Amino acid sequence: MDSTESGSLRLDGPDLALLRGDEGEGTRLAMAILVRMAEVVEARELLDITAAHIDSSLYQGPATLEFAERLAEGGARVRVPTTLNVSGVDEHGWREWDVPESWAAPARRQMEAYEAMGCEPTWTCAPYQTQPRPGVGEQVAWGESSAIVFANSVLGARTERYPDLLDICCAVTGRAPAAGLHLAENRVGRVLVDLSGLPRRLAQEPALYPVLGHWVGLRVEGRIPVLDGLRARPGEDDLKALGAAMASSGAVGLFHWVGVTPEAPDTDAAFEGREPATRLRPGLAALRAARDELGSGLSDADGLDLVVLGSPHFSLSEFATLARLVDGRRRHPGVRLLITTGRAVRALAREAGYLDAIESFGGELTVDTCILTTPMLPGSIRRLMTNSAKYAWYTPGLLERAVAFGSLADCVESAVAGRVTRDDGAWS
Amino acid sequence: MFRNDLRAVSDRSGAAGSGRLTGRALVEGAAEGAVLYSAEPLSFWGGYDAATGEIIDRRHPLAGRNGADRILAIPATRGSSTTTAVLLEAIRRGTAPAALVTRGPDTFLALAAIVAAQLYGEAPPVIALDPEGFDALRRIPRARVDAAGAVTPLGAVDQRR
Repeated sequence: MDSTESGSLRLDGPDLALLRGDEGEGTRLAMAILVRMAEVVEARELLDITAAHIDSSLYQGPATLEFAERLAEGGARVRVPTTLNVSGVDEHGWREWDVPESWAAPARRQMEAYEAMGCEPTWTCAPYQTQPRPGVGEQVAWGESSAIVFANSVLGARTERYPDLLDICCAVTGRAPAAGLHLAENRVGRVLVDLSGLPRRLAQEPALYPVLGHWVGLRVEGRIPVLDGLRARPGEDDLKALGAAMASSGAVGLFHWVGVTPEAPDTDAAFEGREPATRLRPGLAALRAARDELGSGLSDADGLDLVVLGSPHFSLSEFATLARLVDGRRRHPGVRLLITTGRAVRALAREAGYLDAIESFGGELTVDTCILTTPMLPGSIRRLMTNSAKYAWYTPGLLERAVAFGSLADCVESAVAGRVTRDDGAWS
Repeated sequence: MFRNDLRAVSDRSGAAGSGRLTGRALVEGAAEGAVLYSAEPLSFWGGYDAATGEIIDRRHPLAGRNGADRILAIPATRGSSTTTAVLLEAIRRGTAPAALVTRGPDTFLALAAIVAAQLYGEAPPVIALDPEGFDALRRIPRARVDAAGAVTPLGAVDQRR
């Protein structure tokens, strides 16, 4: 058999052909990077993937654009169905906000480079909301921390935590290092998060999930958490918010929830019969403190400039809930309401009639991107409120603005009142 | 006291020179500079300004410090998968750390350096130390990194840290 050893890494014939440049310079570059990374993670071989989701599409500056164009101009084309994460600009709507042309032009060029490689222009961090989903045990290569944790945990697919620049190398070679979360032995739960002590009214509170994710992410240090004992059953939007929060405050690529996620039908399965290495038992006071910690520079009753929803991108069911909450009401003239979502979900929400109530309320939508990935906010917007732990976590550093965290209902009440208004009922 | 600890670390790691910390070079290279150390993981996205090298994660102990041309010692990256892209931009602009040292291997930092080497022919070394070796960096003001993956402390040890 045509194969070779590079360190302890075994490459087969087709891998070597790509590495030699038989399929062009772009694919050679991708395979060279992939092989170096396989050595870094001490993989013995590469495995086939069936799909990919690309976070490298995010424009960060000239280097990410040069990387994309080197691949595309070198003839690299994806070998598996590949979706695209958010980009650096709302392709058709950026002029409605404060995005400078000097940013929009190269960001659009980067979008074109990834489309030229054969990726589907989905432009969303939540591809699982509208695209075909990988099945349990399916080997894929996903980027975007919030999507990775969803794919592994909620869908039971297998992806390592692929950083930007590597996800596309997997997609154009169809290969990934056989390491990390691709391998069953690395998917076993380590930390038990016992939620049985939480009061029922907190268990019924949707904002519990981002807060809990934030709290867990800070404590597990990359080990796989297993949640159990909550007196409520989380839905998909709850798990989306939970995972995104864990993957912001911590390096979490997979969690299990006993009786909820596919690899944890019971505690034994989640821990493979072993004892948890660590047990955590968050109480009401700890989670209340975590909720307050998500805010930065804003207190209750402070004035607001923007309420922003949709990180990860707002789902159709979230639009349905929001439409009910804002129906017949009107935002305060001093506060804008922005929802970030994907093109496909926006179309579905319009079709379902949800956007009528939201637009009458004074809400605005941005697609393809989000407030963290495109410089869209005018300087006059200084005070934000959100129900997303991910937005709350990154806003102080990336946007240098104050932020308050609250539930979706709190966010709507605050948009009407013009100031931070939070219902503490579930938290006291 | 500390020198004894350090020697113990070195001995365990099998290093030859006094105080030399032997690690694994994920990306090889040589560098020398002031050590910027934190026991707290850092996401470069939302945490490191590629335009200036400033650490901008307001919740991080190193917030406001500048990582450019330093030996940046953090236990690991966390969170966002865009950390790699931010570090790549910083390398291109010349605002990246001179070397990156972590507590165990960090694939995100290694990837950025590997891509930079492919695109620009240059990259900062990325070194994984064992936990004891990494923790010893807390008190070291200045260090040299060599192609073998060793980190050699330079200058007087800071007893206050």
